[in-house]
Amino acid sequence: MDEKASGYWSATIGLLTKILIVWFLVSFGAGILFADALNGIHLGGYPLGFWFAHQGAIYIFIALIFFYAKKMGDIDQKFDVHED
Amino acid sequence: MDLQTMTYLVVGASFALYIGIAIWARAGSTSEFYAAGGSVHPITNGMATAADWMSAASFISMAGLIANMGYGGGLFLMGWTGGYVLLAMLLAPYLRKFGKFTVPQFIADRFYSKSAATVAVICLLTASITYIIGQMTGVGVAFSRFLGVSSDTGIYIGMAIVFAYAVFGGMKGITYTQVAQYIVLILAYTVPAFFISLQLTGNPLPQLGLGSTISGTDVTLLAKLDQVVTDLGFGRYTTTTAGSTLNMFVYTMSLMIGTAGLPHVIMRFFTVPSVKDARSSAGWALIFIALLYTTAPAVGAMAKLNLHGTVNTAVGLETTADGTLKVNPATVKANADVYATEASIRYEDRPEWMKRWEKTGLLKFEDKNGDGRIQYYNDKTKNADAKAKAEAAGWKGNELTVNADIIVLANPEIALLPNWVIALVAAGGLAAALSTAAGLLMAISAAVSHDLIKGVFVPDISEKGELMAGKISMAIAIVIAGYLGLNPPGFAAGTVALAFGIAASSLFPAIMMGIFSKKMNKEGAIAGMLAGLFVTCFYVFAHKGIFFVKGTEFVDLIGGPNSFFGITPEAFGAIGALVNFAVAIIVSKMTAEAPQHIQELVESVRIPRGSKMVDGAHH
Repeated sequence: MDEKASGYWSATIGLLTKILIVWFLVSFGAGILFADALNGIHLGGYPLGFWFAHQGAIYIFIALIFFYAKKMGDIDQKFDVHED
Repeated sequence: MDLQTMTYLVVGASFALYIGIAIWARAGSTSEFYAAGGSVHPITNGMATAADWMSAASFISMAGLIANMGYGGGLFLMGWTGGYVLLAMLLAPYLRKFGKFTVPQFIADRFYSKSAATVAVICLLTASITYIIGQMTGVGVAFSRFLGVSSDTGIYIGMAIVFAYAVFGGMKGITYTQVAQYIVLILAYTVPAFFISLQLTGNPLPQLGLGSTISGTDVTLLAKLDQVVTDLGFGRYTTTTAGSTLNMFVYTMSLMIGTAGLPHVIMRFFTVPSVKDARSSAGWALIFIALLYTTAPAVGAMAKLNLHGTVNTAVGLETTADGTLKVNPATVKANADVYATEASIRYEDRPEWMKRWEKTGLLKFEDKNGDGRIQYYNDKTKNADAKAKAEAAGWKGNELTVNADIIVLANPEIALLPNWVIALVAAGGLAAALSTAAGLLMAISAAVSHDLIKGVFVPDISEKGELMAGKISMAIAIVIAGYLGLNPPGFAAGTVALAFGIAASSLFPAIMMGIFSKKMNKEGAIAGMLAGLFVTCFYVFAHKGIFFVKGTEFVDLIGGPNSFFGITPEAFGAIGALVNFAVAIIVSKMTAEAPQHIQELVESVRIPRGSKMVDGAHH
């Protein structure tokens, strides 16, 4: 594997790791593991932990995918592997 | 116009629309209407994917289960959306670059083995057929109400229509039909939610209404719901988990990775124009899916409040003279006694919609204490206070059973909305169930005729023979799924969750390792898929019967229900996936690593440049 390809791949894995951490924190973290603790805080009429499980995680998932698509586009350009 | 005529009219019009689009699309130049043409805008493609994806489980069943489960029902919401993040980042762009258009084809090439492809086809068939059983359950509910027949008869009618739709229609591949189905489906879901949210909270947006106060009071809707259901002995709505926290965790994980492992979803990303589009198209699909998924929790919670409010006047809802359901702020604020004799409505005063659903057998009343009134509460409660109050009031057990799968379809009726809204929901439910069932049947027929018969056993089969094999396999799948749908392993969404578990434990790990590990070899992949599929099916069949046949359960053999750390069979897919990864890694370490040309293939898959248009995609 040449250096460019391995640099590209490690940049990709780095981005994936960051996004997966957020993905995990908003769903399994805020929505499940810490839901009870967060329910003490209210967002309007929503207990916060309940809100993450029933609403919030979904909104953040959408943002994560578009963020990923944008950042991967940048990485493609940087390592000059984008489609023609 | 009466409800029945209106329903025929709206359902008929929606079908005429789909058929009309199909004919129009055929008449023009056919190829440009297929996603593979590359001319489909990512937003259009996202809508089509959303229609494909959201099935009877999402549309008909999910909100009803959320209503029953409360907070714990969030596992469906997070699980069936969070998987798109995984799909977008871990699979879609790489499978698009790979340039094949079925999952078994990818497995066959990446693991340089026809045996691996055969195993992948077996996994795919097990997951897809289980998925269709869930659809059949949902179709049965929709048709039983729509035609006023029993749910069994509903399933027989559904089988015939799904078969005609998939075999003769072949509409599945036409993106614009799916766009039309999405629009019908999303309107049918959101319009009633909009009205109900407005009725209860004064805020028309259900996403905000769920977090608002009840009209004319300073009591939040969720707080009122919590109070009503705990008074009646049910678990507190906003905090009750689905089993243990561990169970909810693995259940959510199963649904997420199952989403990324289901063949009919993955297939959509093989045919987008470029790798770049593959990344963002999952995002567009998720936006359209989220419109329904962020509405569903409001539908569930509000339907639950409305249902209790209908049969128990102490909740604080009342039917006005012009036949609409309205909040009575004074009763809401007073926290009136739900156990008061007069609070439970008389059976003879029950609303029309209950009479309509009684015909289907999915809603039942049994006057246990002979007082002619409907007592709807949790008679198995562990809440001593609620138990004592129920006994003191002379209640002799819960008298109303409401099948969870009817909640969404009955929702506009419970809220006494106009007939056209009720009819629209029936059309939406049918669109959801039929489009997904047809998509799955296409995946099954491609797997059997193309990947298995042509790819492995009879390479020189004629095109005609391949087509015939595909249609026969669809017919067999419908009969099996319909038969099992008569005695379903659970509610539609629960059955579909089992299908996700099977996909999660078998296909997802194999595809992911095929991309992220260059050295993963065929021995590892085959052993992993077989091990994941086997342990998951073993655990599921122990609870639900061998191949879901009633009477063949062997749950005692594994030490009773949910014996593995309290994990339910629906949640077990994540454990199966772990087994799959572990077995694959161990076996691959003990056998020769993947050959050099395969490792180079994996390297090329990881880089976007050089992607080609897939030929002949969408059959």
